[in-house]
Amino acid sequence: MNKEKTFIISVSPHIRSEESTPRIMWSVSVSLLPAIIMGAYYFGPHAIFVLSLCIVSSVVFEFLYQKTLKKDITINDGSAFLTGLLLGMNLPASVPFYIPIAGSFFAIIITKQLFGGLGYNIFNPALIGRAFLLVSFPKLMTVWTEPSASFIKFDALTTATPLGILKEEGYSKLIEIFGDKANLYTHLMLGNRAGCIGETSGLALLLGAAFLFYRKYITWHIPISFIGTSALIAWIFGGNSGLFSGDPLLHVLSGGMILGAFFMATDYVTSPSMKSGQILFGTGCGFLTMLIRLKGGYPEGVMFAILIMNCFSPLIDRGFKSKIFGAVKKK
Amino acid sequence: MGFSVFKGGIHPADKKELSADKKITEIAQPQKVVIPLSQHIGAPCKPVVTINQEIKKGELIGEPTGFVSAPVHSSVSGKVILIIEVPNVMGRMVTSVVIENDFKDEWTLLKDNPDYMKLSPDEMKEKIKNAGIVGMGGATFPAIVKLSPPKEKPIDTVIINGAECEPYLTSDYRLMLERPSEIIEGLKIIMKVLGVSNGFIGVEDNKPLAIESLKKVVSDSDSIKICSLHTRYPQGAEKMLIKAITGREVPPRALPMDVKVVVHNAGTANAIYEAVRFGKPLIDRVVTVSGEGIREPKNLLVKIGTPVSHLIEECGGLKESAVKIISGGPMMGFAIALLDMPVTKGTSGITVLTENEIVHTEKFGPCIRCGRCIEACPMGLMPSMLSVYSERGFFEGAKEYNLFDCFECGCCTYVCPSKRPIVHLIRLAKTQVKP
Repeated sequence: MNKEKTFIISVSPHIRSEESTPRIMWSVSVSLLPAIIMGAYYFGPHAIFVLSLCIVSSVVFEFLYQKTLKKDITINDGSAFLTGLLLGMNLPASVPFYIPIAGSFFAIIITKQLFGGLGYNIFNPALIGRAFLLVSFPKLMTVWTEPSASFIKFDALTTATPLGILKEEGYSKLIEIFGDKANLYTHLMLGNRAGCIGETSGLALLLGAAFLFYRKYITWHIPISFIGTSALIAWIFGGNSGLFSGDPLLHVLSGGMILGAFFMATDYVTSPSMKSGQILFGTGCGFLTMLIRLKGGYPEGVMFAILIMNCFSPLIDRGFKSKIFGAVKKK
Repeated sequence: MGFSVFKGGIHPADKKELSADKKITEIAQPQKVVIPLSQHIGAPCKPVVTINQEIKKGELIGEPTGFVSAPVHSSVSGKVILIIEVPNVMGRMVTSVVIENDFKDEWTLLKDNPDYMKLSPDEMKEKIKNAGIVGMGGATFPAIVKLSPPKEKPIDTVIINGAECEPYLTSDYRLMLERPSEIIEGLKIIMKVLGVSNGFIGVEDNKPLAIESLKKVVSDSDSIKICSLHTRYPQGAEKMLIKAITGREVPPRALPMDVKVVVHNAGTANAIYEAVRFGKPLIDRVVTVSGEGIREPKNLLVKIGTPVSHLIEECGGLKESAVKIISGGPMMGFAIALLDMPVTKGTSGITVLTENEIVHTEKFGPCIRCGRCIEACPMGLMPSMLSVYSERGFFEGAKEYNLFDCFECGCCTYVCPSKRPIVHLIRLAKTQVKP
């Protein structure tokens, strides 16, 4: 018997599950791949350029911050990569190079690191990055390239997003542009429409979301309450001919709702921890999105809706605590 | 009969296949035994032997000093050579009696009484008390205390815990396979002592052979039911077991007796039977020696006080890859540094883990608020908040999140993707504030 051998002493439990934060972050990044492919297909090489620049600058900013402040370097955990990727997916393909860099700076340094780094940020970094860009560079951030589906055409035409058309010219004009309803939905599912790089293809995003459901990284609570509330409000109040004449499917598939509901609102750090609280959170996101879309100045409201609800997450967590085993319900 | 399931819990790889088919074998006695005088929750015993005293197997060596206490007996015959302080698995120093074995194996007071069921409850209790029986699942609460509920707490149900939800451990499983009638007799004794007519034995449904083995023995008795339970850690935790079998929820900080239930472990039932029928004190127990780091996993019948190194030798020794030795199972057991640590009444297993089986993390990340721990907590707590409060030193804040309802099962820590030592932080907080 080997008497000299020393053994590890640590507290129980002595076994751990396979799951880890880096694994979750990288898996979410992978799940976005179908949407990235569709974005690149419709918006060309510049889309890839924007995405890459966002990712690289996010990771570099995180590295520089941690290096400067002599903190542990955590760029391998995939969190900064994912923030950069999500920021890029929320940008129009036509933006100049300094837009991704400025957005990444705001997302990583201001929103994430200055609040204490991963786990301590109140707001979704990628969305704050985008909100900062939208209010600082409103022109550049609303130039939408017409999807071309040709990788070599550089002088892409600009056009309006479906929600923009809906806001400015109305539902009938939108149907006229796309031909008929079925054609409109098909374009929205495939991603053949103007919009941010990663938000246009509903089908590709749902494919990625299915993967996250399969891995149990997200649950239905936030996305379904988000989308359900939006669809309900769109159906009741979204139409031109009185109540219950809206087109819920149009509202769900256009703008950034699928991307927002499945990939942004579900961010662990900035959403409530309890499932019951998550339903309230998702419902609030849906309500605010439709309020902005139908009554606000912007054609799209997903980003601001999620950011506003982010502020409420700590409050919701205080209100929705878990039920202790054996505790008698107060009547 | 359907059984309700508690919320939360986890499904770790149970690795029971390593030792499940290994029959209980009695190992050779060691040269000397080190018997701690505190192997139970409660007041330590005071030694009643002196150095150089010749003693027989089963002779009293430590006398209880309070109601919540249990006497300690010699597990071998021989000579007392030392009375010293020895660290226990939790690192506390415990007065221990070291006995040199003369290998004569001379018993002191063993006498078979086949009519033991005719004894009065008080006579039975006396025998159980004198035998020094404690909860053998690991909690080591003196059995006699559970069998003496105060008058204002009537008991209507006795449950024998055969869930054995801890991964790797198979000692209770083997007992249920090899000694089913002894366990059932033990249950009948407990039922008689408490004047109860409802007896249950709860076994997780990943042990069908144990269920079958027990069912064969009770077919003629209606008042005892064998319950097949969902396999999910921590099904064997007292509160979860009671919920599964009776549907009753033990309120926060209350005891099973508050919902009219008494729970004893399968091994304890066996010991109670032996004590009441033969007058045999608790001087040996079944210990599972398992894990990928041991050459031949086994279930051993071991004398209390036998050093762990002796068990490991009996199992072919350690593999080169062994990095961690645990007294108990991997979820709630204690890592030990010294292999001369003795087996005590609460040692249900020795688990030897390799680098592959443990995720040894010196560094842990921040809480990313994913909520996995909240989902996994069988007590319905929010371990994420507890760990963050404790980490920052806000122990009073942790208290508001029901700190003291945590029984440290480890589910939260098992699932945490940031590898946070949540249970450790909770234990820390518990030492910093009053309940």
